[in-house]
Amino acid sequence: MASTTSTTSTSGIAIRRRRRPATPYLLLLPAVAVLLVGLGYPVYWQVVTSLQEYGMLQQFGAPPTFAGLDNYARILADDRLVPVVARSIAFCLVNAFLTVGIGLGLATLMRAVHGWVRIVMQVVLLLAWATPLVAAVTVFRWLFDYRTGVVNWLLVQLGFSQADGFAWLAQPATFFLVATFVVVWMSVPFVAMSIYAGLTQVSDEVLEAARLDGANGTQILVRILLPLVRPVLAIVLLLQIIWDLRVFAQIRLLQDGGAPVSETNLLGNFIYELGVGSQDFSGAAAVSIFVLLLTVALSAPYVRSLMKEDAA
Amino acid sequence: MSATTEPAPTVARPPAGPAPGAGAPGPRPTTRRRPRAGKVALSVLGLALSLVWVFPVYWMVLSAVTPNARLRATPPSFLPMDFTLANFSGVIADSGFLGALRMSLMITGITIVLVLAFAFLAALAISRWRFRGRASFVLAVLFIQMLPAEGLFIAQYKMLSSFGETAPVLGLNSVLGISILYTAMLVPFTIWMLRGFVAGVPAELEEAGMVDGLSRTKAFLRITFPLLAPGLVASGVYAFLQAWNEFTTALVILPSESSQSLPVWLRSFLSASANRGIDWAEVMAASTLIAVPVIVFFLFVQGRMTSGLVAGAVKG
Repeated sequence: MASTTSTTSTSGIAIRRRRRPATPYLLLLPAVAVLLVGLGYPVYWQVVTSLQEYGMLQQFGAPPTFAGLDNYARILADDRLVPVVARSIAFCLVNAFLTVGIGLGLATLMRAVHGWVRIVMQVVLLLAWATPLVAAVTVFRWLFDYRTGVVNWLLVQLGFSQADGFAWLAQPATFFLVATFVVVWMSVPFVAMSIYAGLTQVSDEVLEAARLDGANGTQILVRILLPLVRPVLAIVLLLQIIWDLRVFAQIRLLQDGGAPVSETNLLGNFIYELGVGSQDFSGAAAVSIFVLLLTVALSAPYVRSLMKEDAA
Repeated sequence: MSATTEPAPTVARPPAGPAPGAGAPGPRPTTRRRPRAGKVALSVLGLALSLVWVFPVYWMVLSAVTPNARLRATPPSFLPMDFTLANFSGVIADSGFLGALRMSLMITGITIVLVLAFAFLAALAISRWRFRGRASFVLAVLFIQMLPAEGLFIAQYKMLSSFGETAPVLGLNSVLGISILYTAMLVPFTIWMLRGFVAGVPAELEEAGMVDGLSRTKAFLRITFPLLAPGLVASGVYAFLQAWNEFTTALVILPSESSQSLPVWLRSFLSASANRGIDWAEVMAASTLIAVPVIVFFLFVQGRMTSGLVAGAVKG
């Protein structure tokens, strides 16, 4: 094998020699192919469809006609859009900040408690984290059931007699309260564990130095630990904002409990209603593109931090 | 895909066990000087919050083993009473459950195999070769993994329904059709996850094997591949969790009642039950059946998922 330096096929590791530039492309081929079919084509279809007239005639086979930005104009003028977008943004921000706030609280609490209490807290958080979404929403519907739910019973015991038979999911305000409970309950574990892991990575020398200088526990927390975990906080908050924009499933499942659908729809549900419900594919495509662009824009800082990882 | 998905592990590490830092808290001098009373009070607060957080899971399992008549009675019982497994047999006897279970198993199985194969090859390419277009590919992968199902499902629905006109095996309600969509959704993150593992096995090890007379393929299979096994297992479990739990795409792509996956089936089971005054005991038994395999598998991978994300953030 080593007799000639110009061997072609049996030469060693390609990372060194750069002999066979075709190999990496062949290795990427299956992944690229499935991405093109599963995501690439749908995105392309969406862009094209959002620029086309795709009404009833097209449902029956007539060729679609180019409509420019008409669909976007039509959707923007739709009375339903503004409340949906406003609700989505408000829901997303409230939930993301609430989740990160509670997660930060739990993480710092985990630092301060006895060792076995910390393990109990971690196990409990893992259980909540691992519960599948559909199961979690179903359990919350049972907890908040208007007739036999345990929450109403507890509230009555505590003296709120108007809670007896109160239908949480029937009004938008309390509907979103329950939705917030579900989303926060499910999302806090990831945030708390990440921040806690970040807190444990702060080196002991730093803490020792601070203590020698006479800092007390609170000062160490506020002046040293929190500034050092700020990058973690930023990433976790960003991810939470992105994830809380896409709460279609939680809302859809809670709406089954008798909620006024048009007053509780968020962006994902609005797309679902436009597309699957009223077969307005161009309108649904236009809103979808808005959601995709929003996600890409919000993801940019996160992706940048990951690219740094890749280069390292 | 769902709210619990896709924290990006950027560094391959040995699994940190069920909880990072749980086993070895290390010296914790900050708390040494704090007055004992304060620590006790905080511990009590921690336990109280744990109780609140675990309650939904506890309530699910408790309701699943309680007769429905007992669940309707007031006051509710917070401890197991009249323990029964009848709710579970009621669920399994439901006409849809076994079909949905079979559907979920097939979708999950195909998805795991495709995701692992495709992502592994791609991870090999980006961690062992420097080639033109590598950076753009990595960038694209990172952005693609953030795309929400909610922004794509209408297009995927139309695409599969047109596939179905010529090849029903790829159309709406087909196992293969939705498995391809799941594969596309999971491949980017899995490439990223495996990339760390592949990069963690030095190419020199393989070279050493080749110096000792192995062919390149054999060196790879005998030396590198076994070292990658933990990474493949973790990625496989991750793909299992995602495909098993996925609801949004399944709701749109599997509209027919006979082809529902388990999460979609649970929703219609609840709706059907609602028509005759919900049988919460059975619904909770169904939720428990779906949740238990997930919780078990989840404990395997979570250490890696958290520590990876944080390692990247602290360094960056």
